[in-house]
Amino acid sequence: MSHFDRRSVLKASLGGAALLAGPGIVPVRAAEWTNTPEPNASIRVLRWKQFIQAEFDKFAEQTKKFSEKTGIKVKLEAESWEDIRPKAAVAANVGAGPDLIVGTLDDPFKFPEKLIDVTDVADYLGKQYGGWYPVAERYGKKGNNWIAIPQGATGGCLNYRISHVKAAGFEEFPKDTDGFLKLCQALKKNNTPAGFALGHATGDANGWCQWALWAFGGKVVNDKNEVVIDSPETIAAIEYVKQLYATFIPGVLSWNDSNNNKAFLNGELSLTLNGISIWTVGKNSTDPKQQEIAKDMNHAPMPIGPVGVSTEQQNVLVYYGYKHSKYPKAVKEFIKFMMDKENYDAWEVASNGYVSPPLPAYNDNPVWTSDPKITPYRDCLKRCRDNGYAGDLGYASAAVMGDFVVVDMFAEAASGSATPQEAAKRAAERAKRYYQV
Amino acid sequence: MAVIAEPAAAEVKRSSLWSRAFESRHFLGAMFMVPAIAILILFLAYPLALGFWLGMTDTKIGGVGRYIGFQNFVSLSKDSVFWLSVFNTIFYTVFASIVKFAVGLYLALLLNERLPFKSMVRAIVLLPFVVPTVLSAIAFWWIYDSQFSIISWLLIKAGLLTHYIDFLGDPWNARWSVVLANIWRGVPFVAITLLAGLQTISPSLYEAANLDGATNLQRFRHITLPMLSPIIAVVMTFSVLMTFTDFQLIYTITRGGPINATHLMATLSFQRAITGGNLGEGAAISNAMIPFLVAAILLSFFGLQRSRWQQGGRD
Repeated sequence: MSHFDRRSVLKASLGGAALLAGPGIVPVRAAEWTNTPEPNASIRVLRWKQFIQAEFDKFAEQTKKFSEKTGIKVKLEAESWEDIRPKAAVAANVGAGPDLIVGTLDDPFKFPEKLIDVTDVADYLGKQYGGWYPVAERYGKKGNNWIAIPQGATGGCLNYRISHVKAAGFEEFPKDTDGFLKLCQALKKNNTPAGFALGHATGDANGWCQWALWAFGGKVVNDKNEVVIDSPETIAAIEYVKQLYATFIPGVLSWNDSNNNKAFLNGELSLTLNGISIWTVGKNSTDPKQQEIAKDMNHAPMPIGPVGVSTEQQNVLVYYGYKHSKYPKAVKEFIKFMMDKENYDAWEVASNGYVSPPLPAYNDNPVWTSDPKITPYRDCLKRCRDNGYAGDLGYASAAVMGDFVVVDMFAEAASGSATPQEAAKRAAERAKRYYQV
Repeated sequence: MAVIAEPAAAEVKRSSLWSRAFESRHFLGAMFMVPAIAILILFLAYPLALGFWLGMTDTKIGGVGRYIGFQNFVSLSKDSVFWLSVFNTIFYTVFASIVKFAVGLYLALLLNERLPFKSMVRAIVLLPFVVPTVLSAIAFWWIYDSQFSIISWLLIKAGLLTHYIDFLGDPWNARWSVVLANIWRGVPFVAITLLAGLQTISPSLYEAANLDGATNLQRFRHITLPMLSPIIAVVMTFSVLMTFTDFQLIYTITRGGPINATHLMATLSFQRAITGGNLGEGAAISNAMIPFLVAAILLSFFGLQRSRWQQGGRD
């Protein structure tokens, strides 16, 4: 009896409730959504420009449906996602511009106090659909409140030519970094090389370089936001990338985000990191050569390095509304509408699986299994880390990524303009300038 | 009566003062200047002052920022990428400006002669200047593409090369490639402006020189160049300023890569301020450009406009 206190009673009650809820004895109540948008609301939405036309068309169609249902007028605009960043920054700075932006990564963490608190939307969606992926929560939540709602990620997977990989002696795509290096070396030997952007390509170069750094245990900062990139783990990652770089098609140091798509669809590339767009474009192309390439290609997750877990970095897309909006409730209503499973699913089907969902409950969409080539993109958010790893998301993480600190480190060492040690040291100096503020 | 007369007298006094003020040339002149001064303050002085102020603060995107004095500059002085961007900017400006001047002057002299289809040739010369910068930058980006370059393709087809040139993937190749793109874009401005200057030189000077038996080189050395020097000073000042502060060409073609080899101060400023979110540091980089720009202006005006030199004398 001595241990029978209020705390133990509460624990026992919650445990019992959980046990009952597990098998479905206690019905899980649907989350409640109570939000009354402002009368005669009218909002301006700026989102990333489509890579797949059907995706944008469906988004626009649903926007129209939203307006018809709620009476809220929506002006929809699209910009290249790299151009959204400056616009979002200016809107935050001057307090005018779009009411809602669908942008990328940790942008909202650069101006959190300018943004509408969307905790109620996040709570509703999380409860309604069984919870967010942890990385999605990282990209949406600052402290106890949500400042952004993750829309998903324009998932990046390895795009490869099936016949070329087979000709290189691999029946299955390698799942670890050692096998991956051997594959790239064999592809190079067969004159069907791999190629990964190593220029200032915001999505592609940052994506695979962060993966490589993390795969070997390297990281820009630790969990106290102290810069620790100049480490033996980073040197190991650089040495690995140097070997990979030697197998790449010439010119990757100059590549931006569109180069690999062009080279792949021209048949000059056998392996690269990209979204599902190469395959979709090839499949829908009228050019028989591109159709043939689409038939001969498949997708795979990034290999796992010595750390033993997936270490992908994905281009996560996020909704964030501004406090300068006259209609913050209408903004939240729009996000909730677009993220509701029914609408999200229909949009996902139209986009052919272009956006990996942030809520695992959305994985049952038939589009993910309609073709096995689409399936690897489904779990991108399950496999990825946020770009501030292992520290916080915020100004410094965004600045390090925006300033290409990690990409330049690998590029310097891979191209021979610096030793791995020099490159790691320089990266540390550059990162410290942001993290010491 | 006194109650009524007093305010009336004051009104008359005020009215006459106001009327008399408008009769004054000085006052009226100042009033006419007010809109122009207001525009200058609002659109030129204020942004410049704001830039100076931001450079002295730790302002982040969306934040207020606090005054930190010269801390941004101290931090930049230890930043290798910043110094690389300073080197790149000077390299880019010096080589592009020299070649633009040489080619522009040559074209101007050529167009000043009696040429068949002169109007058409002038229109063609102007074309690079007419095309929006971003479009021409995209064209160059394709021309320099590592897999699809038309230059590499032609050279391989002609049997002069065995593999594609890595125009933008090698730091020095990339630097020269962007310089070339800038030259292509900037030559028309130099050529057409110098042509305008050439047409103001009186033909009688050349006739007199011909009678004296001057050679082509002597006529160029002792008539054309001195007479053209004021316009050269203006053209080169503008050319240097525009080249030094170039942004669009670099941002579209290389985004400062590879390994920051083509980052100019302007592109780095944008990258740090907008992409990176550090408005204070971005502004500080922009402010760091000012001494170079002032030096360029002083060099042009005080160097090229020396009256003795204009008159054919020596320094």
